[in-house]
Amino acid sequence: MAPAGPRSGDAIFASVERVNAELFTLTYGAIVRQLLTDLEEVDEVNKQLDQMGYNIGIRLVDEFLAKSNVSRCVDFKETAEVIAKVGFKMFLGVGASVTNWDAEGTCCSIVLEDNPLVDFVELPDTCQGLYYCNVLSGVIRGALEMVSVPSCASLSLVFSSSS
Amino acid sequence: MAAIYSLYIINKSGGLIFYKDYGSAGRMDTNDTLRVASLWHSMHAISQQLSPVLGCAGIELLEADNFDLHCFQSLTGTKFFVVCEPGTLHMENLLKYIYELYTDYVLKNPFYEMEMPIRCELFDINLSQAVQKDRVALLGR
Repeated sequence: MAPAGPRSGDAIFASVERVNAELFTLTYGAIVRQLLTDLEEVDEVNKQLDQMGYNIGIRLVDEFLAKSNVSRCVDFKETAEVIAKVGFKMFLGVGASVTNWDAEGTCCSIVLEDNPLVDFVELPDTCQGLYYCNVLSGVIRGALEMVSVPSCASLSLVFSSSS
Repeated sequence: MAAIYSLYIINKSGGLIFYKDYGSAGRMDTNDTLRVASLWHSMHAISQQLSPVLGCAGIELLEADNFDLHCFQSLTGTKFFVVCEPGTLHMENLLKYIYELYTDYVLKNPFYEMEMPIRCELFDINLSQAVQKDRVALLGR
C-alpha cells in the first residue's frame, strides 16, 4: 500500500471537533488578565506566556505530525511554510503567510490573517510592551525544539493587536 | 489470524515508557523489557548510520523465525514497536494508530510528564480496544 501523502490544514481542521471561538478568545483573555494581576510586570507576563506556549508546543507537535503526515522538512524555509500553511490552519483555523525573509534565510515573519486570540481586544496604555499573543511564539519554539530544529532565542513574534 | 505478542514505546533517550504484552508468548519480566528497549534504541540508531541508502530513518521491520518486529519512529524521536507472529499484516497501520492514541490520551493529559512512563488509564483502555478490533478495523483502513 502506498504511504499516505501529507494532508492539507483545511482537511484536518474540518475533521476535528471544534469549540466556540468566543469561548476560546474569552479563556485566553482571562489567562492574560490573571497573569497581569498576579505578576504585574509586563516582561514577566511575556515570559510566562512564552513558557505556557512552550509547554503546549512540546505536546502539540506530535499531534501535528500524526494528523498532518508531513515528512521532515529540508530547510528552514520549508519549515516556516509548513507552520504557516498547515500548522496554523489546523489548530487555529486561520491562514498565515510567511514574509520578510532576511538575507541568510534564517529569519522571517509569519503573519496571521485573522487572529482569533485578539478578537475584541484593545491594549491599554498601561500595557505597552505586552506581547499579547506570546503564547503562540512559545508554541512554535517548543514544537521546533522537539523535532530538533534549533530555534534562536530571538524567536519572538510580535503581534500588534487592535490594528 | 496472526497475533501480537507485545508492544513497546520508547522515548527519545531510549528509556522504556510503555510495555504491554498480549498472550504468553514472549512475555518478559521488567528488567528484560528495559534491556530490550535500550538494545533496540541503540540498534535503531546504528542502523541509520550503517544504511547504504541515503536518508534512512532506521529499521522498520525485523523478521526472525519465530517473530516479526515492526517499528515506527515519529519525527520527535519516540519509537513504537510491536513484536508479533511472523506474517502479521497491517502492523504499520496499527503503529500509526497507536501514535494517534498516544498524541491524544497521553500528551493531552496535562498531568503526564514528558518522557516519563505512561500511566494513563484512557490510553490503556483505548489501546486494548484498538488491538482487539485490530483484525477487523484495520482490514478496512
